[in-house]
Parts: sequence; C-alpha cells; structure tokens
Amino acid sequence: MNSFLCVFKRDFSLAARQGSALTMTLSFFVIAVTLFPLGVGPELSVLARIGPGVLWVGALLSCLLTLDRMFQADYEDGSLDQLMVGTLPVEMMVLAKVLAHWITSVLPLIVITPVLAISFNMPADSLPVMVLALFVGSPVLSLIGSVGAALTVGMRRGGVLLSLLVLPLYIPVLIFGVAAVEAAVALLPVAPHLLLLSGLSLGALVVCPLGAAAGLRLAVE
Amino acid sequence: MTLHVKNLSCIRQDRLIFRELGFSLSPGSVMWIKGKNGAGKSSLLRMIAGLLRPVEGDIFWNDQNVREEPDSFVGQFHFLGHQEPLKPVFTVYENLDFWSRFHAGGRAAVDAAMDAFDLQRLRDTPARILSAGQKKRTNLARLIASPAPLWLLDEPLSSLDVHYIELFTHVLEAHVSAGGMALLATHQEIGIPSLETLNLDAAKGAVS
Repeated sequence: MNSFLCVFKRDFSLAARQGSALTMTLSFFVIAVTLFPLGVGPELSVLARIGPGVLWVGALLSCLLTLDRMFQADYEDGSLDQLMVGTLPVEMMVLAKVLAHWITSVLPLIVITPVLAISFNMPADSLPVMVLALFVGSPVLSLIGSVGAALTVGMRRGGVLLSLLVLPLYIPVLIFGVAAVEAAVALLPVAPHLLLLSGLSLGALVVCPLGAAAGLRLAVE
Repeated sequence: MTLHVKNLSCIRQDRLIFRELGFSLSPGSVMWIKGKNGAGKSSLLRMIAGLLRPVEGDIFWNDQNVREEPDSFVGQFHFLGHQEPLKPVFTVYENLDFWSRFHAGGRAAVDAAMDAFDLQRLRDTPARILSAGQKKRTNLARLIASPAPLWLLDEPLSSLDVHYIELFTHVLEAHVSAGGMALLATHQEIGIPSLETLNLDAAKGAVS
C-alpha cells in the first residue's frame, strides 16, 4: 500500500511540476468546445441540443492528449523496468498511475464543464447531472486508456495508434453519458444511465489494470 | 540465500543468444559476466530480474523456482540497467527518496546512500542538469538507499572516473563481505578478490 501511494504521489507531483499536461488538456478542451458554437451558429436551441454531446466528445479527446505519456516517459528512462521489478504488483502500479492521470488530467475537465455548459445554453437543472455523469463515467477513460498506452509504449509514434485503439472503446461511455444528460433535460429519471456508467467504471477498474499490466510485461521484454 | 540458474536459454528475434547456462551464486560472492557485445549479458540480468521470460530453463532463489513463487524473490534484489531511472524535474534527493520508499526503505538510508557515493553536494540539484557520471552515481546510490541481498548490475562502471570506480569497488566489497552477492556485467576490470567469472562467449554457457 505504501508503494502504491508512493507511485501515485510521484506521478502527481511530476504532473504538477511540469504543469504542461494540465494547461494543455484544459485549453484544448475549452478551445475545441468553443469552436462548435462558432461553427454551427449562435442559435440557442441548436446549441442546447448538441451541448451534452459536444462536451462529452471534447472530454474524450482532451483525455487522449495526455494518455500516451502515461508510461512513455518511464519507459524511455528505464523507470518502468524498476517499477516492474519492485514488490508492488504491476497491476497496482498501473492503478496508481491511472489514478494520478485521472486526477491531474480528467478531473480539471470536469471542474470546468459547468462553465462551458452554460455557454451552450444548457438548462441549469441538467448541469449537476452532467458533472455527475462525467464524474462516474470518466474513470473509464483513464482505465481503458491505460491499456492502450501500455500496448503502444514501445512505439515511437504510438500516439495515433493509441487513439485508434482507444476511441472505439469509449463509445459506450459516450452513449450513456450523453443519455444521462438528455434524460435530465427531458425530466426523465437519470439514475439508470448513471448506474450503467458506474457499472462501466467498476468493470473497467477490474479488467483494465490486468490488461495494461500484460501489455507492459510485453513491452519491457 | 542462494541464486541458482539451471539450463537457461535465451533467444532474441529468432537468434540464439546463449543456451543451457547454469551457475549458482552464494552469499559473499561476486560473479563477473564476461562476453562480447551481444553475448547476452544484459539479457541474462533481465531474465533474472524477471523482465525477460527465458525460453527454457529455470531460476531458483533459495531452492524455490522464482516463476512459481515470485513472492519469495521480489524485493530480494536490485536491478541496475544501463539507463538511469531519474526524473529530470526531481532533485537527486527526491529521486533517491522515491526509489527507496518504493522498495520500502527508510529516509535514513537515503542519506547513507548519498554519503556513500559522495552526492551530498548535489542533494538539491535537479537530475536534469547532472552529468553522465553524476547520474550514474545517483543510480548506484539506489543500491544503498534500500538494502537487498542480490545486486544485478549492468555496466555499473560506465561513465565513472577512476576515483569513483574505486569508491564503487569499496561499496561492492562491503556489500559482499556483509553476506551480499552480486552479478556484474561489465567490460572493465574490477579489483575485487574472489571474483568468479562467467564467460558467455567461450563455452556457450559453462562456468569457466
């Protein structure tokens, strides 16, 4: 447990000190999302209609920006070898890195989402649901991403391949995430969608560290 | 505590590197793995560390097969590859502190390690601006920062000057005389008495 916290704290402070990851994902998210109103025109009913989808897609794409660095830097300087021969099981090491990735790269997106949602003229009642849906659904992004990152870690330009591997697997989260917000707008029950999202998160929590660990074992060979 | 290697074979990219390699290492001994470039020195060390799966053969730690009982072996060894696992934005101290905690060492050991490799002056220097030799010394200091009986050292002497090679030799001697053991892959001569040699070129795997 001690080593787990230790890896988490290291990744967290690395991200905090380099700082670029946070500012890059955040500004990419804000810019990508604000391009839509400029593209489709300022009609408020249209914006409110597409808002949830645009915000979710924006979050998925911004999350991808930092995924390829999850294991890459450690692979390049030999830290990955060391992390894998320690007493901490590789699966738990992956989980520590995923947690650090989620907190440093995904959580800031969730925090800024309500502000962007308002600019899409989304009804105020749906904002808490939007944030909640992102909160329970977004761990899937980091978890599935870790498998993709582990599989592409040895490749020099794995970033594009990573996106191709990972984005199709994000579809269920996108569908239920948007459905939850649309249900809130239509004043329908949102609980089923949120439960499905948390189910996806819990499933990914079990399966993905195993997959990522297997990918990493292949990569260091 | 003994390390026992039996019938180990290594194939990389369809090329046979070595086959039927066998040796054992007991406390208080150092084995120097000799061989030309590409003879499989690094591969052998990575296999023992569990990073590379042998095509054939087994590795035993205290007569337990490490593949069947990995828990008995993890944490019992240090693996030093030819790369330095240092984060450029962290200082020398922070880097060592992380690895020592990760391998469940203590804070006091970090200071002892920095003393042993003459790193106290560089304590708050970010690893980004260290020279190659200074990085190597920081990496070597990890050996002291968290104790482990077996050291697997891949080119530990590269980019060290004469003074620090001697310093490292003393550290290695102290480790060995305290009952530790080490496997050493290097091209340079090292002045340690009772050095066993394993030549990967000559007898395709027999201890000379």
